[in-house]
Amino acid sequence: MTALRSEATPGAAALPAPVRAAPRRPLGARLARAATYAALVAISAGFLVPLAWLVLSSLKPGDEIFIFPPRWFPSVFRWSNYAQAVTSIPFLRFTLNTLLIAGVGVVGNVLSSSVVAYGFARYRFPGRDALFVLMLATTMIPFQVLMVPQYILFKQLGWLNSFLPLTVPAFFGSAFYVFMLRQFILTLPPELDDAARIDGANAWQIFWHIVLPNLRPALTAVGIFAFQGAWNDFLAPLIYLDDHNLYTLQLGLNLFRGSFRTEWNLLMAASVLTILPVLLLFFFAQRHFIEGVKFTGGKG
Amino acid sequence: MRHTSARRREALTGLAFIAPWLVGLVVFTLGPFLASGYLSLTSYDMLTPPRFTGLANYRQIFEDPRFYKALGVTFYYALVSVPLDLAVALGLALLLNQRVRGLGLFRTVFYLPAVLPPVVTAVLWNWILNPDFGIVNAGLRALGVPTSHLPQWLVSPEWTVPAYVLMSLWGVGTAMIVSLAGLQDVPRELVEAALLDGAGAWARFRYVTLPMLTPVLFYNLVQGIIAAFGFFTTPFILGAGLGSGAGVDDSGLFYALYVYQQAFGQLHLGYASALAWVMLFLVLLLTLLVFRSSSIWVYYGGERR
Repeated sequence: MTALRSEATPGAAALPAPVRAAPRRPLGARLARAATYAALVAISAGFLVPLAWLVLSSLKPGDEIFIFPPRWFPSVFRWSNYAQAVTSIPFLRFTLNTLLIAGVGVVGNVLSSSVVAYGFARYRFPGRDALFVLMLATTMIPFQVLMVPQYILFKQLGWLNSFLPLTVPAFFGSAFYVFMLRQFILTLPPELDDAARIDGANAWQIFWHIVLPNLRPALTAVGIFAFQGAWNDFLAPLIYLDDHNLYTLQLGLNLFRGSFRTEWNLLMAASVLTILPVLLLFFFAQRHFIEGVKFTGGKG
Repeated sequence: MRHTSARRREALTGLAFIAPWLVGLVVFTLGPFLASGYLSLTSYDMLTPPRFTGLANYRQIFEDPRFYKALGVTFYYALVSVPLDLAVALGLALLLNQRVRGLGLFRTVFYLPAVLPPVVTAVLWNWILNPDFGIVNAGLRALGVPTSHLPQWLVSPEWTVPAYVLMSLWGVGTAMIVSLAGLQDVPRELVEAALLDGAGAWARFRYVTLPMLTPVLFYNLVQGIIAAFGFFTTPFILGAGLGSGAGVDDSGLFYALYVYQQAFGQLHLGYASALAWVMLFLVLLLTLLVFRSSSIWVYYGGERR
């Protein structure tokens, strides 16, 4: 779709020349520049169209959903779709469940991963490097391999149909976050630790009072990823939660899709509400998202 | 003596700090990993204790038409979407790396879809791709594609995987960010030196930028392969409503979905474990191939590895 759109760009060539202040460049360079902007604008439009469709559809009256050919704008903006969407499923309940799982997950991941990362970054012990490699190797194990035994384990613990399988593992460090935080700790000057040690601080105090505050940017990135991961997760809640009262938003949306002969406008309204927190988080913390992706991506 | 006791103290402190991960490793990863290996040699339905059956599950897998179907669907998807997404991500990153104004805005737009919940993405695209009421085909109609030639996305089996490929393009944001970071790490002096030597835009890209970018491409390639095998939520949402199937004629039967159906749909937990081990083996094999080939095409700053 994006390819189609980028061809329909002659109109966009009329964009204002982007480098007005700069000394005039040769015509060829300016044309290339205009083409770059034209392509960027056209592709952006392609990326935004599905979202625009989502929002506009969420405001349509039910009988304007399946019309041929599809029409972009609703005849009236039916804001009540949103009220209907949150009452026709226990939307508030699902939201609170998801917030609880994601919140506990963030705390668990941030705490445990930073503790473990500190151990790997600052202390020498036999087998450390082998263990670190082992940790990275575990990220290669597909979840499908662990899924069945983990399910049996949680069943034996009596944790099925509770939030425990979705939250407790977060407190044992996650390989990706440990890796990221360890690399970050290695960039901090060890003299900070030494100075505190001379002042009589013990290992835990050094970690808590010296390292953790300096880790804040990396911890923010970890927290954001953990939140987004938990908010968007579908497979684990699908496996562990049966009772509708315990459902997360993602399970709720799926339920919505199945149980009503799919009222698409309401489903779209519920979808908009579901992505809203992720969008807000993304807009306010985009820098951290990008730093995190670069970090785990570029140097992996 | 004092020296060794200080060392021992340091070692114990370090171990204490990594203890949470060590416990998690045993309880949530290694334990289940071994258990899964054992279960793959049994017949187990969770109601009666596992019954050891040797390699029977594996023998059955190689006679299971749906295993081959799942493998075919997953490979088809991976072979098309992984290189395509890689190229598109790189293309977008190259566009953004032209010192454009509004870089942040464009980057936001391209990255945004990648952070959305897959459930929402699946539900939305299910409708966008609807052959009659969807906007993709409306666009194709507007371009003059005759009705009889319109793609029957997700409705006719041959249009199922292409629909997933199209959706994956919408999510190239993460790979794009990684590529852009890689591009920004390419030393300017190198590019400028090539410019002075009279290299054209293509030559600069092909002989300077691209080699410097190969570690990033390598990373994205490995991630793409792993992601294709773990691809679950979208096919689950879009293939559901058809009992234990997945899309018309199983055309959306992705590997991870098949493992899930065997495990939790039919309670063939031993068989599902064997399927998962075959998956592990294939993922490791493919990654190993990529690694082995990487010495030929991946360039690590200055020194050859």
